[in-house]
Amino acid sequence: MNYLENRKYVIQAIFLAVGIVYALRLFYIQVVDSSYKQAAETNAIKTVIQYPFRGLIYDRNGDLLVQNTPVYDLMIVPKEARNIDTLRLASMLDITIEDARERFKKARAYSWVKPSIFQQMLSTEDFAHIQDNLIDFPGFYINARTARGYPHRSLGHALGYIAEISPKQLEDSTYAGYRPGDYIGKAGIEMAYEKYLMGKRGVKYKMVNVRGIDKGSFKDGAYDTLSVAGQNMVSTIDLDLQAYGEHLMNGAKGSIVAIEPKTGEILAYISAPFYDPNLFTGKDYGKNYMTLLQDPDKTMFNRPIMADRNPPGSIFKLTQALIALEDGVINPNTTYACNKSLVNCHPHPSPLDLRGAVQHSCNPWFFQAYKALINQGKSKNTFTDTSLGLKDWREHVLTFGFGKKLGIDIPGEKSGIIASTDLYDRVYGKNRWKYSTIYSLSIGQGELGVTPLQMANFMAIVANKGYYVTPHLIRSIGEDGKPLAENYERHYTSVKPHHFDPIIEGMAEVVRAGTARRANLSKVGITVCGKTGTAQNPQGPDHAVFVAFAPMEDPKIAIAVYVEHGKWGGQSAAPIAGLMIEKYLTDTVTIKEQEKWVLSREYLNIKSK
Amino acid sequence: MPTGGQGLLKERVVQPSSRRQTTSVFGNLDWFTVLLYFVLVALGWMNIYAVVYSPDNVVNIFSFDINSGRQLTFIATGVILMIVLLVVDYKVYEHLAFPIYGGIILLLLFTLAVANPVAGSRSWLDLGGGFRLQPAELAKFATALAISKYLSQVSLRQQKMKDQMILAAITFLPAVIIILQNETGSALVFGAFILAFFREGMSPLILIIGGSAAAIFILTLLVPKLYLLIGIAALMGLAMFLDYRLMRRFKTMIALFVLVIGMVFSVDYFVNDVLQPHQQNRIKALINPEADPLGYGWNVTQSKIAIGSGGFWGKGFLEGTQTKFDFVPEQSTDFIFCTIGEEHGWVGSTILIALFLLLMMRIVYIAERQKSVFGRTYGYCVVSVIFFHFVINVGMTIGLAPVVGIPLPFFSYGGSSLWSFTILLFILLAIDANRNRELVR
Repeated sequence: MNYLENRKYVIQAIFLAVGIVYALRLFYIQVVDSSYKQAAETNAIKTVIQYPFRGLIYDRNGDLLVQNTPVYDLMIVPKEARNIDTLRLASMLDITIEDARERFKKARAYSWVKPSIFQQMLSTEDFAHIQDNLIDFPGFYINARTARGYPHRSLGHALGYIAEISPKQLEDSTYAGYRPGDYIGKAGIEMAYEKYLMGKRGVKYKMVNVRGIDKGSFKDGAYDTLSVAGQNMVSTIDLDLQAYGEHLMNGAKGSIVAIEPKTGEILAYISAPFYDPNLFTGKDYGKNYMTLLQDPDKTMFNRPIMADRNPPGSIFKLTQALIALEDGVINPNTTYACNKSLVNCHPHPSPLDLRGAVQHSCNPWFFQAYKALINQGKSKNTFTDTSLGLKDWREHVLTFGFGKKLGIDIPGEKSGIIASTDLYDRVYGKNRWKYSTIYSLSIGQGELGVTPLQMANFMAIVANKGYYVTPHLIRSIGEDGKPLAENYERHYTSVKPHHFDPIIEGMAEVVRAGTARRANLSKVGITVCGKTGTAQNPQGPDHAVFVAFAPMEDPKIAIAVYVEHGKWGGQSAAPIAGLMIEKYLTDTVTIKEQEKWVLSREYLNIKSK
Repeated sequence: MPTGGQGLLKERVVQPSSRRQTTSVFGNLDWFTVLLYFVLVALGWMNIYAVVYSPDNVVNIFSFDINSGRQLTFIATGVILMIVLLVVDYKVYEHLAFPIYGGIILLLLFTLAVANPVAGSRSWLDLGGGFRLQPAELAKFATALAISKYLSQVSLRQQKMKDQMILAAITFLPAVIIILQNETGSALVFGAFILAFFREGMSPLILIIGGSAAAIFILTLLVPKLYLLIGIAALMGLAMFLDYRLMRRFKTMIALFVLVIGMVFSVDYFVNDVLQPHQQNRIKALINPEADPLGYGWNVTQSKIAIGSGGFWGKGFLEGTQTKFDFVPEQSTDFIFCTIGEEHGWVGSTILIALFLLLMMRIVYIAERQKSVFGRTYGYCVVSVIFFHFVINVGMTIGLAPVVGIPLPFFSYGGSSLWSFTILLFILLAIDANRNRELVR
């Protein structure tokens, strides 16, 4: 047995011998003999990326909002770029020689053999010029691509923009499949609907030898994939109305949001100052972006959804009245005297019922109505009673879409602020605050912050008598044109429909004979219902607000206009809203005197009270 | 049986080994081999992903659209398989060795009769639902069991002609059927059992003659016939000069030389006139792959380029360029070693070779510690099969062995192959885990 057992050593020796022979052979092939490495290079496969067409975006009437325009990237393969006349290259591209050197460095740092972008987004004219000279610059070639283009100059804030994917995003697994140099939606619709718009990249494999000379497609294109264009979309925006609104807001600061009440479709979305979206395409994108980012008027601040620090002012009186009606603490015939000892007011008839109070925006009236709402006597302790009342009130307010994100289909929305018991407990201490502490809420001042989008949405609620559809910018995706179901869900408020009637009647009076006569369209047979407001601004002149919807009988448009430093809603915001409503409903503008007034910006010079 | 203190004393002495002898098969399992198994399977899985990976079209490694995702399900099924093999009563393997063998032979014949040819091969059995089975893979472990069972009953040293013939029949019957299925590569594996026979007492002469015949076969194709014969004559002369005993057998030596001449010429005839064209091509590719780099030499040329371009450290995981897009055909099955060579360089290739050597040495160690002839022989059968696959598979990618379409054990893509090697290895581990229950014969 022993004799046979020794045979295991023979067998193990055979194993070891084979292992050693193989390792030596591999060492020869892999380390000693360099011919295989050269052969591998002649074997190289070059991948040619076919960028898909990004989806187009149309407005609600079929006008093109976003298209694709051809641009050309100058690519570099550092390994092949030998003996480059850097000075000539720099002058050709109109950059400094230091900049050119910096770009060489960057390209080399990325990869010695893989192409990277040396100069992106050359225009067709630049391309023609450079193409002629390219023969003197080995290692450089042109890659044709499309960039976003806009046949108009509107809607920058809603559309957003696309730009090269950031290194941080590349590391994020959410963006798997993107490569350095790819373009990706960075804001607005472009970002929110990226996955539909982007399409699918195509890849072509080509066999090339070591000098990069094309030896035909690899395996007859068996591995090639075709690019698939992104999906086209239809927006809810009315481009004519949008452009007109921007025209009216040109030079001012503020927002306009117009919504179709029944559908939640946003008809106009203006954040002023606005910018031409074409600034964000082309090779000067970076420069333009920095300029806009740093300008003192905060152009890049997306006001309609981000300006949530401002109190809504008198327009909030409508919300207070609706909740008071629902809770049964007032009825349409409740009258209060204009008692200026409670809170300051301006001259108007007194006492007033609900409709009159809305029409004249009587501060003491709402002070008393809100007191009835907050202090319902549920507790004998006035502190506890106020706390209970506020809690109940807040629940109602939230159903109006205030104090929370509405869920618009672009990123960056802010939620706003609605006063809460927690907030007051924190500031004043528990049981240390009562109605006299918080009464300014009654007239829409104090611890309230509402975005212009929420204001417009509130008008949609009043127009619909009790519900809203989440405001959105995209109606449909793809060729079938079917509306996106998730964008059309109804949200009901806690207030019953019949309570809206006296409010709406009061609002009609505001425009007919109240503070917002500049929005009156009775000349063309349209009854506008509206409410002005002033948001106190400790830093300067007050901000002006006007919200409205029309026509009263069958509302087609709800609108909020917010003019920073506009002082009086009736003077600045109301005429803008009136013009927008007429433009949308009749496609013409007859109240030319209002247009002239708005464009003159004279309202900015009215002496403050 | 002694009683009292003596018995206690004896028990104490036995303690260390009896502690290891727990009732659970997992307690006695050779975990080192299990670890090696999983290391190889995991590395294989990653390389299967590297083959299909394309930076321009990234697919998740777990996706079932690509091989790596499917391989993961094969691995998972393999784990279930191994647990079953371990918990089944280990005696089954010995008691049912012949019935299993018989069943597999019938399955091979059945496959030959009903199989639809896939790329000229009639070895795949369609199970429906997109699943296919290659019974030739199962024949390896079945034959290994049968050989072990037979050798545990007779001894080769007794040199009975009849026993040797039966043993040869057990070994080559499945091989013949598999050749008829047109899977010559898989059939060659059965020749590897010669290593097990050698361990169990087969004359070393057969091993030497077999090795020499293989060497002469390959050299005939590589070296001009005249030089080869002169070289062999010189070697034999040298041997006789060094060992006077051979001098006395001068006639035998002359006869041997004539035999070599006959063999050299018949190999030439065999390759050019008997073999089928695709088999000829495989052999020609070994001799001179550059002769027709786009034709039959394509695999070997591309595979060497891929491995050679890896250099010392390799290009890095997923960074390979030569082992993508079927530049080397059968990239994730038979030529998976190229991916290692290209992406992990000489260091990675050598580590893989070392892992295989480690596994094979370990199996020899396990085989030698068996108390039964059945267990030991089966261990050697397992290592023979793994060794043969390793030699041919790695050898063909670096131009040292003919291109025979057999996978790298535990590493290559494919369910049949992975399961077959899992069965082969874990039957051995099941027998090994129970070795202390076996009585010494």
